[in-house]
Amino acid sequence: MSSTTNTSTHHTSTIGAIGAPSRRNTELALLVFAVAIPVFAYANVGLAINNEVPSGLLSYGLGLGLLAGVAHLVVRKFAPYADPLLLPLATLLNGLGLVVIWRLDQSKLLQSLPNYFQAAPRQLLYTALGIALFVVVLLFLKDHRVLQRYTYISMFCALVLLILPLVPGLGANIYGAKIWINIPGLGSLQPGEFAKIVLAVFFAGYLMVKRDALALASRRFMGLYLPRGRDLGPILVVWALSILILIFETDLGTSLLFFGMFVIMLYVATERTSWIVFGLLMSAAGAVGVASFEPHIQTRVQAWLNPLREYKLSREVTHDGIVHSDQLQQALWAFGSGGTLGTGLGQGHSDLIRFAANSDFILATFGEELGLAGIMAILLIYGLIVERGVRTALAARDPFGKLLAVGLSGAFALQVFVVAGGVMGLIPLTGMTMPFLAYGGSSVLANWALIGILIRISDTARRPAPAPVTNPDAEMTQVVRP
Amino acid sequence: MSELTLTVMRLGFLAVLWLFVIVAVQVIRSDLFGTRVTRRGTRREGARSQQGGRAAARQASPPQQRGQQGGGRQRRNAPTKLVVTEGTLTGTTVALQGQTITLGRAHDSTIVLDDDYASSRHARIYPDQSGRWIVEDLGSTNGTYLDRSRLTTPTPIPLGTPIRIGKTVIELRK
Repeated sequence: MSSTTNTSTHHTSTIGAIGAPSRRNTELALLVFAVAIPVFAYANVGLAINNEVPSGLLSYGLGLGLLAGVAHLVVRKFAPYADPLLLPLATLLNGLGLVVIWRLDQSKLLQSLPNYFQAAPRQLLYTALGIALFVVVLLFLKDHRVLQRYTYISMFCALVLLILPLVPGLGANIYGAKIWINIPGLGSLQPGEFAKIVLAVFFAGYLMVKRDALALASRRFMGLYLPRGRDLGPILVVWALSILILIFETDLGTSLLFFGMFVIMLYVATERTSWIVFGLLMSAAGAVGVASFEPHIQTRVQAWLNPLREYKLSREVTHDGIVHSDQLQQALWAFGSGGTLGTGLGQGHSDLIRFAANSDFILATFGEELGLAGIMAILLIYGLIVERGVRTALAARDPFGKLLAVGLSGAFALQVFVVAGGVMGLIPLTGMTMPFLAYGGSSVLANWALIGILIRISDTARRPAPAPVTNPDAEMTQVVRP
Repeated sequence: MSELTLTVMRLGFLAVLWLFVIVAVQVIRSDLFGTRVTRRGTRREGARSQQGGRAAARQASPPQQRGQQGGGRQRRNAPTKLVVTEGTLTGTTVALQGQTITLGRAHDSTIVLDDDYASSRHARIYPDQSGRWIVEDLGSTNGTYLDRSRLTTPTPIPLGTPIRIGKTVIELRK
């Protein structure tokens, strides 16, 4: 017997269980990296535009480093097993966004516009508030399953948030989309960004309870599982809701985001492909239907189908009462002139986009100044955030956490797709902001809260199971035994 | 600023950005955790005088083991590893750290047996309250044999006694 072992020791191996390491030091190292890259970019922009290292370099670097450091310490203390990548990735995107917003502040062309203001300091303030919100989420949300109790309250809150911009006196119609509310003394706020998170909580709580009814009670027809009529109710309600948003707030992006998020979560909860087919058909039907009579959407579709014609019209005096914009064509030119490796930070002409160059169209500046190589890296970083979110969902032990993580990362992915697709001319342009990169307080705040919730779920998911309790009696017996 | 500097910075920035992405992907790769399998090198190679080598190893290991377990709670002659001595998994060792070891064809077993004569949940080996290791047959079809006798009740395993499951033989060693 033993001779068998000894002759075969050349492939001896030992199997032992290892738990998930906490990986906080990896996060710290990546975070240092993620702060260093925007500082490098900042110096690069300064050198390219003003021929000197910008005077605020040190304070900017220290400020971003301090914010990231606080976030890291809070994660280390309150979510020690959280995913090590989410925080550095978000920090990097936020830092790069700040640099490019500052770079657009320096543009002479944008400075000559009537509604010009220094956006970078405000964005830095929003970033600080966003990280503060992130810290608050981690401090007060000790366990994400608490949110499950507020399923229907969340639904109510989300509806209120969505309806707020339509309330007379509170809502503000800015550039054709009624998605802002004015808070006196504080500025304007986009409640839709926060509704995204609250709605994900509602969907997760609702689907967790109803998933079996939705998944199992169905008839098979032509390879598709057709759900029962009464189970179709919720999806119809959400569909109607997103169509109403589209009509009354003329906000294509948000309605697409909500409906898409619901379909993704429905699919994940029930594993039925038929929901995806239904979802795509219904959203297509809804979008086409609304676009046929809503002039604001029609303009967007026209600009998407024929950006050059729109560019030409924007140079002429037209009498059709529609504001023609050359933004999309300018953005496409910016992407084109960037080429593979880009013109270099601070050396592009994406300021020709003029209005919203630093918010909705910020991706065009990245495309021009960093080129295809840079935009691919940026999109990959977004992809990694989504991947970590989905990985968190896979690792989560409770169905509510799974659904919530999938919903939040799905919403994040959809938002990136809708904005990037719009700016690059793949789909009609919608008034949404690129998460973390674009200028906008609501967006930065809401996305930091989203990352906070994902980190909380991933902490719970990756926390090793408690060690089996050693029975104190057993040791006592052992001592007594002769 | 000279054209050259700006070009170098532009390409350098792209390189740094991609380096970050690659490092992040590496972190994801190293983040996949599961069972750690340590390949042992070719110890005692050629030296067929294994008895001497074994004796030396035995002398060297117990103090070290006791140091690891801490406080001398481990009884003398307590086994520290489970070794597969026959079958397709020959040479595999599992460290005994107070955990229950399951054997069978089920994928979540500690030792997954690829053997037609094994049941999916065949047997388990676990420490009782006094720290002795017990083998228990989990109602398998073909039975678990502890040194030629078929198990009917959970039985303590003496050191070095072969436990046979189908074509696989395991034993506990120090």
